[in-house]
Amino acid sequence: MNPKSDLPQGTLDLLILKVVALGPVHGYAIAQRLELVSKHVVQVPQGSLYPALHRLENRGLLASDWKDTETGREAKFYRLTGKGRAQLEAEAASWERLTEAVALILKLSEGGAE
Amino acid sequence: MNWWHRLLRRNRMEEQLEKEMRFHLEQHVSELIANGVTPSEARRRARMALGGPEQVKEECRDARGTRWLEDFWQDFRYAMRMLRQRPGFAVVALLTLALGTGATTVMFTLVNGVLLKPLPFPGPDQLVAIHGQSVEWNTELFGRQNVAYLDFLDCTRSSHSLNFAAALFNGGTVSQPGEPEYIDLRETSPGLFSVLRVPLLFGRDFLPEEDKQGAAPVAILGYSFWRRHFAGRPDALSSTMVLDVKRYTIVGIAPAEFRLFGQEADVYTPIGQDTARYLQNRDAHPVHVVARIQPGNTLGEAQAELALIGRHLAEAFKDTNGRRTLIAEPLRPEVGDVRSTLWLLLGAVGLVLLIACANVASLLLARAVSRERELAMRVALGATRGRLVRQCLAESIVLGLSGGALGVLLATFGVRPLVAFWPGDLPRAEEVQLDWRVLLFALAVSVLSGLLFGIAPALRAPFKDEERTLRAGARSIAGGSKRLHSAFVISEITLAIVLLVSAGMLGRTLLRLASLDPGVDIHNVLVARTALSPATLADPAKTRAAWKDVLGRARRLPGVQSVATVDTFPMREGDNEQAYWTSADLPPNDKLPFALMTSASPDYLDVMRIPLRRGRFFDEHDDLGSTPVIVIDEVLAQNAFGKEDPIGKRLWIPDMGYASNVFEIVGVVGHVRHWGLAGDDQAKIRAQIYYPFSQLPDSFIHRWSELMSIAVRTEIPPLNLIAPLRSELKGAAGDQVLYNVHTMEQLASDSLSRQRFLLLLFGVFAGLALVLACIGIYGVLAYLTGQRVPEIGIRMALGAKPNSVIWLVLRQSLRMIFVGVALGTAAALAAGRVLQQLVQGMQSIEISTFAMTIPVLVLAALFASFVPARRASRVDPVIALRQD
Repeated sequence: MNPKSDLPQGTLDLLILKVVALGPVHGYAIAQRLELVSKHVVQVPQGSLYPALHRLENRGLLASDWKDTETGREAKFYRLTGKGRAQLEAEAASWERLTEAVALILKLSEGGAE
Repeated sequence: MNWWHRLLRRNRMEEQLEKEMRFHLEQHVSELIANGVTPSEARRRARMALGGPEQVKEECRDARGTRWLEDFWQDFRYAMRMLRQRPGFAVVALLTLALGTGATTVMFTLVNGVLLKPLPFPGPDQLVAIHGQSVEWNTELFGRQNVAYLDFLDCTRSSHSLNFAAALFNGGTVSQPGEPEYIDLRETSPGLFSVLRVPLLFGRDFLPEEDKQGAAPVAILGYSFWRRHFAGRPDALSSTMVLDVKRYTIVGIAPAEFRLFGQEADVYTPIGQDTARYLQNRDAHPVHVVARIQPGNTLGEAQAELALIGRHLAEAFKDTNGRRTLIAEPLRPEVGDVRSTLWLLLGAVGLVLLIACANVASLLLARAVSRERELAMRVALGATRGRLVRQCLAESIVLGLSGGALGVLLATFGVRPLVAFWPGDLPRAEEVQLDWRVLLFALAVSVLSGLLFGIAPALRAPFKDEERTLRAGARSIAGGSKRLHSAFVISEITLAIVLLVSAGMLGRTLLRLASLDPGVDIHNVLVARTALSPATLADPAKTRAAWKDVLGRARRLPGVQSVATVDTFPMREGDNEQAYWTSADLPPNDKLPFALMTSASPDYLDVMRIPLRRGRFFDEHDDLGSTPVIVIDEVLAQNAFGKEDPIGKRLWIPDMGYASNVFEIVGVVGHVRHWGLAGDDQAKIRAQIYYPFSQLPDSFIHRWSELMSIAVRTEIPPLNLIAPLRSELKGAAGDQVLYNVHTMEQLASDSLSRQRFLLLLFGVFAGLALVLACIGIYGVLAYLTGQRVPEIGIRMALGAKPNSVIWLVLRQSLRMIFVGVALGTAAALAAGRVLQQLVQGMQSIEISTFAMTIPVLVLAALFASFVPARRASRVDPVIALRQD
């Protein structure tokens, strides 16, 4: 098993937005998805998930409704707002640019070492 | 949204947060159970994964961003609960603060209405006042001058950046309709109302074609005069009235609130119809001029243009305007010496507020100390210090705001009585109202005082070492707060001394001034302006005869001892100042000494009982055919002749306007305090000259007669004589009127009214300060002594006598009193300097003032500390030692 690394600053918001973009979803389901991802790569502490959700909701990137789950229990479902979608696209694009640039630099330095 | 809604919403959000967390945990648990984990293990793992649910919730609350609001609400409720728990403390603190903010708000309401509010005209910042200034005249004595009417007309014609309007102060007798009444008249240029942008209540302003000699007489009525003389009837408009034997058509009525130069006139007439010769003389400057800067021009441009016009006039009329310039300055309300009185009182009331704050602060501190363990516990449980400081401050701000609200309530009832009680007329009294500025001020004062008295206890509380505090018993933690407590007591004593000494200074000054000799015998003298029948004023011979008739009729009335005519009075506004010299070889104008000129009839000396020092006063032989004579007072005799005998010497009075301006001195009389008991010693012009009315040239008779008064010495109480005098002097046509009727006693007392008023208010403030300071000292000592009960118990168990315990406590308070008195004495010296500058007749600070006032405070403070001291001496050692 690979050693887990900490989530880079700000990426939790991006991941949450991405997960919510797939359709209305409650907090626990988001945690599960992130868990799924993080099992292999990064550590997502469940404790920081809810403050992040509330922050995003407060900034108007997410909206929420109370709805019944398939098992008939009432839960808070989060969905993406228009503003949230725009933010997701912007952040995803900038993330890609960043990772590309970082990858490029890393390759360069390896080339230089050889 | 009101508090209740916010509370409801807050509860719902809390509920949802709880539900969301519960859902998460239950989902996780049921999933783990489905995977074969035992229920208790599943619950443990789920909790581990999520972290402490309370911490998560707290972070969510933070993330929501409404945190400060919720905290505020929480702090607010907590503060209310704390206040309710200690109703005694709350009542004392609230009353103290209400008194402090209430008094401050009342004073600020006055300051705001009288000094701060802009003029009640639209676009007040475009209005300027125009003044003349001449190099020749000693402007320190005369200040700025008004404008010659012809200069005003030239300005109007040649200016592009300014719109001018003129007003001339005058008076007259309205003899029809109704009872004859002497009225306050303003002769104005057409356009005065439009320049000020004040719409008339009814009717119209004067037309340009009405502003000419010989045009049909028209008049505008002042609102109060309309209500008084015409009973407010709308049909007064376009009716007629007789003013100084001319029949005027009333074309307009001014609005109720209209005041120009701080006064409401009775009647307005067009200045252009006035045929008086002095209006055609560029050397006379009687006209008040205001102007509005035209749109698109700045004040600077207007001033430059006016200066240019002034230069053109100086070139064109070298004799009269050669050394004159015209200046424009922003028009400001005229409030006179009220300014310094108001600021002085606001300052004094501010000191009372500070004492109130110190008082509440020490009360709060005492509580903060007793809550120390509670606060330490909360720090131990994870509350941040910032949070605790904020909460303590919230408590004091809630206290401050509630006190402030009570204070504003007090102020709404307090403003009117104070205005009514003001000595003389408070200028702009009609504008003294509670408005947004006052409310903003009260709010700021409340919050600031809340911060002021809350900050020390708030900062102090959480910074203690919580572990030590938690372990400690009450007895070991008292020490640290002692210094802060003493600081409050010391500052209270300091402030109280400033107020006490100021009140003492005012009291001594008033006593001294009241005992001064006014130079006249003020008892049983009635003075009244007298307006002759307007028909007689046209002919000087008739006018002289009319004055003789007035004197004769008045003298015949029962109860009248003697009677005289006189133009200016001691201790009342209005004077005539002239330069004089002892030879024909005059120095330059600005080096000439000045004297107050009084024109009187022979019996004036008798009526006023002014002592005759040398020579004689006037008699019936001083008439137009004999040498012009004058009588001087001691001050002039001393200034001009020193030890020489002035009788028979001559004075040159260049601007008298007589055929020969040389006068022979025939007598010397005692000095009269013309400027009032308080003001005369510091007045710039004190020397006095009397000249006989009977030698006044014909050309002056009309003008002088408009301002003449009679003075009557009575054998009966002078007020009883007013009615008979009025009816006896009515004259053949029934239109001779007495107005501005006073007794000399009233005038003398009014000349001290400002000092008396200040003394009264300072006395009240000082008393208040004394009481507050005593309550503060009592509270602090009672608290500090309470903290020392175990120590006192030990001392007594070891054999200390009750007296030595009393001394122990008193020593503590004596130290504070001593430091407070020392600081207060220094501060009072500074305050005394300020008073000396602002109050007429104020004497320099005397040791005896301190000697009289400080013991009062020391005794009161000792009395306040004696009660806790005595209580301490009765401590039962057994109970005291068991206390903790």
